[in-house]
Amino acid sequence: MKFGILILEGPYQHESSDSAYHFAKAALEKGHEVLRVFFYQDGVLNSTKLMEPQADDRHIQRQWSELQEQYDLDYVVCVAAAKRRGINDDVIGPGFKIGGLGMLTEVAIEADRVVQFGA
Amino acid sequence: MLHLVNKSPYDSTGLESASKYAGKSSGILLFEDGVYAAMSGTAYEDRIKEIMGDHDVYALKEDLDARGIADRVVDGVKQITYPDFVDLVEQNKVASWS
Amino acid sequence: MIVFRKAPYGSIYAFEGLENVLIMGAYDQDVSILFIDDGVYSIKDGMDTEAIGIKNFSPTFRAIEAYDIEKLYIDKESLESRGLSVDDLVIEPKVIDASEVEALMEEQKNFFMF
Repeated sequence: MKFGILILEGPYQHESSDSAYHFAKAALEKGHEVLRVFFYQDGVLNSTKLMEPQADDRHIQRQWSELQEQYDLDYVVCVAAAKRRGINDDVIGPGFKIGGLGMLTEVAIEADRVVQFGA
Repeated sequence: MLHLVNKSPYDSTGLESASKYAGKSSGILLFEDGVYAAMSGTAYEDRIKEIMGDHDVYALKEDLDARGIADRVVDGVKQITYPDFVDLVEQNKVASWS
Repeated sequence: MIVFRKAPYGSIYAFEGLENVLIMGAYDQDVSILFIDDGVYSIKDGMDTEAIGIKNFSPTFRAIEAYDIEKLYIDKESLESRGLSVDDLVIEPKVIDASEVEALMEEQKNFFMF
């Protein structure tokens, strides 16, 4: 099945990004496709490579970037939400790209299911 | 349909709304802080049992374990893991309540 | 379907949800909009946000019709329990009860809930 994933909350403050990550990983391990992960609202903050959590904690941006590399995933960070929050091409980690909100509509059309995490 | 609920029932109306608008054949999956609704010996226990009269109720084991309440889940709530979560979403349209 | 469940201004969910509505409408998708729970507050009339310094986005809801999004619904119980009626709103969504909300949801493919 083709999944789209939508993340609305930022890293650490909420569990949403972690839940979405575990869901995406489980879906990929089952052989499903994840067409796109769309980062919206505070979810755009998951993309910044400037985050520096303590060494014994997970690094949310890096774990997303590693999953992207492993499965060649498509990560889109909403440009309008990103601009509001100081996220741009200079700060996003590997595997993320900034794109329009229309790319959420596209995945809603193309995917069998879009699963929303957060709000 | 499958309704995802990620907030504690003491904090949010998410579970009440999900159960109000959910069709009788639809399931409710509690995860993140939503899993507290599945805990036994609580003020919410009678209510979750009532909801279970109309809906299949699932709780995510990873989140129950994280919160130390996996051994206090109301009878009849189905404990599931992330791979089961994926299967449920494959089988059902999904709406997220918070 | 896009569902508004949160009040405006206290958080940004509703405003960015509205941006999503406008984009989906521009893609010529068959979009339905539903206001339930605190989402009904987003379309209350008479808002004046000047003193809190946040943009009043309720007029933008009126623009929805310009995008040919005509399937606007509001939950009766959410509206009435908050002491509101359709006369208090900036747009005129169709008032439906919980069983109609349930039926409407069953018809949809995707849910974006803000």
